[in-house]
Amino acid sequence: MKIVVCIKQVPDTKGGVKFNPDGTLDRGAMLAIMNPDDKAGLEAALRLKDECGAEVTVVTMGLPKAEEVLREAMAMGADKGILVTDRVLGGADTWATSTTVAGAIRNLEYDLIITGRQAIDGDTAQVGPQISEHLDIPVISYAQNIKVEGDSVIVERQYEDRYHVVKAKMPCLITALSELNEPRYMTPGGIFDAYQKEITVWGRADLKDVDDSNIGLKGSPTKIAKASDKVRKGAGEKVTLDPDESVSYIVDKLKEKHVI
Amino acid sequence: MSLEEYKGVYVFAQQVDNEISSIAFELLGKAKDLAKDLDTDVTAVLLGSEVKDLADKLAEYGADKVIVVDDPELKVYRTEPYAHALASVINEYKPEIVLVGATAIGRDLGPRVSARVATGLTADCTVLEIGDFPLQAIPGQEQKHNQLLMTRPAFGGNTIATIACPDNRPQMATVRAGVMQKIEPIKGAKAVVEEFNPGFTPDHKYVEILDVVKAVTDTVDIMDAKILVSGGRGVGSPENFKILEDLAEVLGGTVSCSRAVVDSGWKPKDLQVGQTGKTVRPNVYFAIGISGAIQHVAGMEESDIIVAINKDADAPIFDVADYGIVGDLNKIVPKLTESLKAEIAAK
Repeated sequence: MKIVVCIKQVPDTKGGVKFNPDGTLDRGAMLAIMNPDDKAGLEAALRLKDECGAEVTVVTMGLPKAEEVLREAMAMGADKGILVTDRVLGGADTWATSTTVAGAIRNLEYDLIITGRQAIDGDTAQVGPQISEHLDIPVISYAQNIKVEGDSVIVERQYEDRYHVVKAKMPCLITALSELNEPRYMTPGGIFDAYQKEITVWGRADLKDVDDSNIGLKGSPTKIAKASDKVRKGAGEKVTLDPDESVSYIVDKLKEKHVI
Repeated sequence: MSLEEYKGVYVFAQQVDNEISSIAFELLGKAKDLAKDLDTDVTAVLLGSEVKDLADKLAEYGADKVIVVDDPELKVYRTEPYAHALASVINEYKPEIVLVGATAIGRDLGPRVSARVATGLTADCTVLEIGDFPLQAIPGQEQKHNQLLMTRPAFGGNTIATIACPDNRPQMATVRAGVMQKIEPIKGAKAVVEEFNPGFTPDHKYVEILDVVKAVTDTVDIMDAKILVSGGRGVGSPENFKILEDLAEVLGGTVSCSRAVVDSGWKPKDLQVGQTGKTVRPNVYFAIGISGAIQHVAGMEESDIIVAINKDADAPIFDVADYGIVGDLNKIVPKLTESLKAEIAAK
């Protein structure tokens, strides 16, 4: 079985978000990590590889620096890494990103494509389903469990108040939730191996069946009219009192606001 | 076909088990505002099996017209038949704007449909308005009027961006649940109902649903709660949520939680507030033992009153709290419950 996993390098928000003095986001001061949902997707692929044998290829689109997440993925156990990078691909919205990634994947053989549900920087959850549309294959979003049975996958697809057990014939695309599993760590041997392996770098010319009008900033139907840092309402009062005083304080405030 | 020929504001009227989801009414409320600005009308697109009876309900919440695609293939949500139905409606009727709820269904259907009809899609919008793009005229560049300006948070709610889709139609957005306001339903309102069936031919993209497993829950939806008593990892154990439940009961509120609590398996996912959970805006939000990661704050900062109790004086939750109490929740919360009980009984 051949599995393609799409991953993205994103700034880490976990250790707190850093701001420049002018209030804009200081991306340089934040660690770049493999997007958590993507890492869960990779782990799911590696488990299928452990169970039934599979070749796992990781694909990322980004700046040359994104090679780091491919190395990490290979240190975890992925077999091949492909970096799609080209200046003309920059500034892409989800449409242009998905046409680009689909164009890269058309060069590959695959039974299964796994993407993360969404990236923690954009939070759109769009690129996975859009790739599946461009490749004309079924999509199962929000996977909380994945099994392979013959030429099909059986997936628990999460909704707000239920899940569906869904069966799809491969090839198909699955988007993974970070709740899906606990990703493995890189091993020292894996890290060593990962740096021995070659990473394939593709540019615009390597994309298959992709029109110039569908890539990069120019090929993006959505345009940013304005971007700003969010204005928060700001802190109110903060008190440190003993428990009884704390209770009176809260009760007084709730009365003042006519809650009780 | 020119962009100007696309007309009308369309809403995907999500239904599950033949019951219209609350988000559909919220979208109709917003669509009515947008339609007014554009001098056009509001159409609800209702997809399902034996759903025609639901059209009147959509009319009561603001739909002028309801397009019904009724087919057995649409009985339970599956991406392909739903995407085929909605994309066919778009290709047939050519709407100017299509709004879809940012639900577990809409966030799957929206991108698939937008890719099929080759237009842009803005995710998880919290503000929608009609305006100019670019916002200010730029010499040498055409400024387009009557564009849908879609505002959304990104980066876990730390930045906000306003996005337009000036050169493609329809302009599509998924809209976060719990943000737009429904109108007061107009009893007895009727919409023009039109049936449309593009035909469904199952192919390799039609998946098979082997089972539907519903979460057993007896709690109210936290998005509808007026008072939320929300706990984080600081509560310490699933058993200790009892003190939060007691507080919620006294106030007629509901218990919710942070992602850490769901990840630890203490509470089910449908009680989770935040970026990957639900957006809530109750009258009062108690954040108890919640540190206030940005992803959590993004889902609750619009609450009218935020009361935070945390033993860590530096916890970021205090940056958004109206009333912050630095202290031990185990000592404060039970006493607070008793005190409120006495206050309410005395009334």
